[in-house]
Amino acid sequence: MKTVILTLTNPPELMLEGQNITPDNVAGKKAAEIAALDVWEGKQKSALGTYFAVAGDGGATAAETKIILRGDCTRVKRIGQQMTAGEIVIEGNADMYIGGWMKGGKIHVKGNVDSFCGIGMEGGELVIDGNAGHHLGASPRGEWRGMQGGLIRVAGSVGNDTATFINGGTIVIGGDADIHVSTHGEGGTVIIKGNAKGRVGGQMVKGNIYVYGTIENPLPGFQMVGEVEQEVDGETATFTHYIGDLGERHPTAKGKTVYANLYTRN
Amino acid sequence: MSELIIKNGFVVDPLQGIKGDRMDIGVKDGKIVETGTLSNPKTIDAAGMTVMAGGVDVHSHVVGPKVNVGRLFRPEDKLFKSPLKSPTCSRMEMGFSVPSTFKTGYDYARMGYVFVNEAAMPPLHSPHVHEEIRDTPIIDNAAMPVFGNNWFTLEYLKNNEIENNAAYTAWLLRATRGFGIKVVNPGGSEAWGWGLNCVNIHDPVPYFDITPAEIVKGLIETNEHLGLPHSVHLHCNNLGNPGNYVDTLESLKLAEGYAPKNDFGRKQVMHITHLQFHSYGGDSWGNFESKAKDVMDYVNAHDNLTVDMGQVTLDETTTMTADGPFEHHLCSLNHLKWANVDVELETAAGVVPYIYSPKVKVCTIQWAVGLELALFSKDLMRTFITTDHPNAGPFTRYPRVITWLMSRAARDATMKTFKWLDKTIDATSIDGIDRELTLYEIAQMTRAGPAQALGISNTYGGLAPGMDADIAVYALNPENMPSDPAMIEKAFSRCAWLVKDGVVTVRDGEVVAEPAKRTVWVDVKVPENAQVQRDIYEHFLRHYSVKLDNYSLFEEHLHNPRVIEVDATE
Ligand SMILES: [Zn+2]
Ligand SMILES: [Zn+2]
Repeated sequence: MKTVILTLTNPPELMLEGQNITPDNVAGKKAAEIAALDVWEGKQKSALGTYFAVAGDGGATAAETKIILRGDCTRVKRIGQQMTAGEIVIEGNADMYIGGWMKGGKIHVKGNVDSFCGIGMEGGELVIDGNAGHHLGASPRGEWRGMQGGLIRVAGSVGNDTATFINGGTIVIGGDADIHVSTHGEGGTVIIKGNAKGRVGGQMVKGNIYVYGTIENPLPGFQMVGEVEQEVDGETATFTHYIGDLGERHPTAKGKTVYANLYTRN
Repeated sequence: MSELIIKNGFVVDPLQGIKGDRMDIGVKDGKIVETGTLSNPKTIDAAGMTVMAGGVDVHSHVVGPKVNVGRLFRPEDKLFKSPLKSPTCSRMEMGFSVPSTFKTGYDYARMGYVFVNEAAMPPLHSPHVHEEIRDTPIIDNAAMPVFGNNWFTLEYLKNNEIENNAAYTAWLLRATRGFGIKVVNPGGSEAWGWGLNCVNIHDPVPYFDITPAEIVKGLIETNEHLGLPHSVHLHCNNLGNPGNYVDTLESLKLAEGYAPKNDFGRKQVMHITHLQFHSYGGDSWGNFESKAKDVMDYVNAHDNLTVDMGQVTLDETTTMTADGPFEHHLCSLNHLKWANVDVELETAAGVVPYIYSPKVKVCTIQWAVGLELALFSKDLMRTFITTDHPNAGPFTRYPRVITWLMSRAARDATMKTFKWLDKTIDATSIDGIDRELTLYEIAQMTRAGPAQALGISNTYGGLAPGMDADIAVYALNPENMPSDPAMIEKAFSRCAWLVKDGVVTVRDGEVVAEPAKRTVWVDVKVPENAQVQRDIYEHFLRHYSVKLDNYSLFEEHLHNPRVIEVDATE
């Protein structure tokens, strides 16, 4: 695997649209060619090299390419958008849409990220050591085909509207989640190891949510059906099991109605 | 103004019966002229290319409130689907199935179209319709107000007061700057206000106690009494359901015994739109099948009818119609988002996204039904290409529809992608049809025919001297048609040249100028009618949420009008 190091030496005045910073776009390119990739500051297009010092060449394919971003990328958006393979390490913070529509590969952010990270995700892994903003792993606005697969792991807390319309994949949140989790979900799993604020699983059809802490305002559309012991994210624990959202339509499989499951840890 | 000569092209103009002769077309002051009258024209070399009149779309949903709801509630229709701003256009473009107004105008122009008839204007919201017409560049627009569920219409027709209904119709056309009489699910959208529908033409409307059959016949009589340029334009009852061809045939029979009365060259008394959605057999989705042959046999035998296809294009699209109950029904089938509105005394509407997938049997049968309608047609001057944009697919797929009609190989290639090919072949006739339409027939279906049916063939749809200089040149040589059907699609997607009102508007598929567009509407003079005046006053006093004085379109909403005047005082 070859490594490309991008160091933000000349920070943008506005947000920088960095959707070209992916192993797919960098693969097969020399440092100078990478520096010539398009980025946008507002509507002004310029070269990546205007803002970043580029060291190292890309690998032959995306899978053989690793990108390391240094410097304060708090205002660099869309890193790793639509990437299919390879690796990105962001050594500090990053802005919105990190790993959006990602299909494969791995992104590791050592700081915090803003909203819309991992939206429309289809595969791969997005690991955030700090906190994430709103709409983590959610569907893009208006879209009913949300997260399809892959893994998002946030060590800290997240904002609201996590995993809207989730269809598959897993989101693990180490801290707390604000309102709206898995709204309209039709598959996938969200694990909240801290507390959830409320509206957890609203209009959910299928899929699983685990909350280890408390839910400040649980929804009336979920009904307790019993207690279960389950292994979740490598540890076994007992959970209270609820099904819902009873106000929503539910499919049948093998003659039985399929509900979404909400588990709270005992 | 400048002069143009379009030289050496193969001219295809069904209105004049010109079938690909090598001719020159002269343009002066925005009109087509005899080439001998030109003094110093600029030359467009059309050698080896096909020259047609600018395209005319008889039925498309491009402006107004429900279109805009589609735009607003489908941001995902723009995501990764919007082009970067063209350097030669003045405005950004967005969206796929419900494009922005700007993209709508540009894309129609790129395909060589110059006139688009907005198929459903809710009268109360006509200001919004006209504001969007103004914002849709290049193409001339007309808009048809909906009458089939209007309280005035229902009351007059129940009492068989054709003259009063005609006076009201004339008033509403003027109030909305409308073009003609649109009828959507007659009675059914009013019934929807009660949570009901009219699923066949004998199903009475709640409270009004009039049947869809009586509404349609009454509106045909009204239309011919007034002598409007266009005929009644009908979206039949029971759209989209297995077995509905029976209801469709009954609806078609309503026109029997009526003859067109107008001064505009129109030959039909009823236009039936998106016929594909109404030509289904079977009694469930399991035994769903095509009845296109039965329906077209009837249409072929009755020359007082015109139809358009409503061709399914196998895309993800956005359905939108004044057929409120249908959209609710559709939403309960696909569980996607649904918008619904009731427009007071006039109409209703719904919007639901829909995916016509080549993996779904019903969708691929629908695809075949649409093509069969055209391929079974014996008169393509009465059978028009539409996708009921965006209901069965976006209008930007017309070039693909043309290609399917012109090429059996193109149809076969698409059918190879079907998951349920054998079942589709069993349920339809498409695999047994070898017919390939000619460029002349395509010109009939996309300009000459629609222009004649709309009653505007003195201005649009042809290339005779005196007509608007709206000319599309396609990079297709009729003497040497490409063997690869994809080249046909490419040529019709991006015309080589479009001249609109004498201005070179598109060149090599790119919009290079944005000449002034027009709003075409119909102003009918009728005798003074005190009763109708009083009825209008009373209804606005008692039932409308707006005052009469605020209802009619204000002059400033009307953009660059072209008025078609009709005198119905005799
Ligand atoms: Zn319709
Ligand atoms: Zn329509």
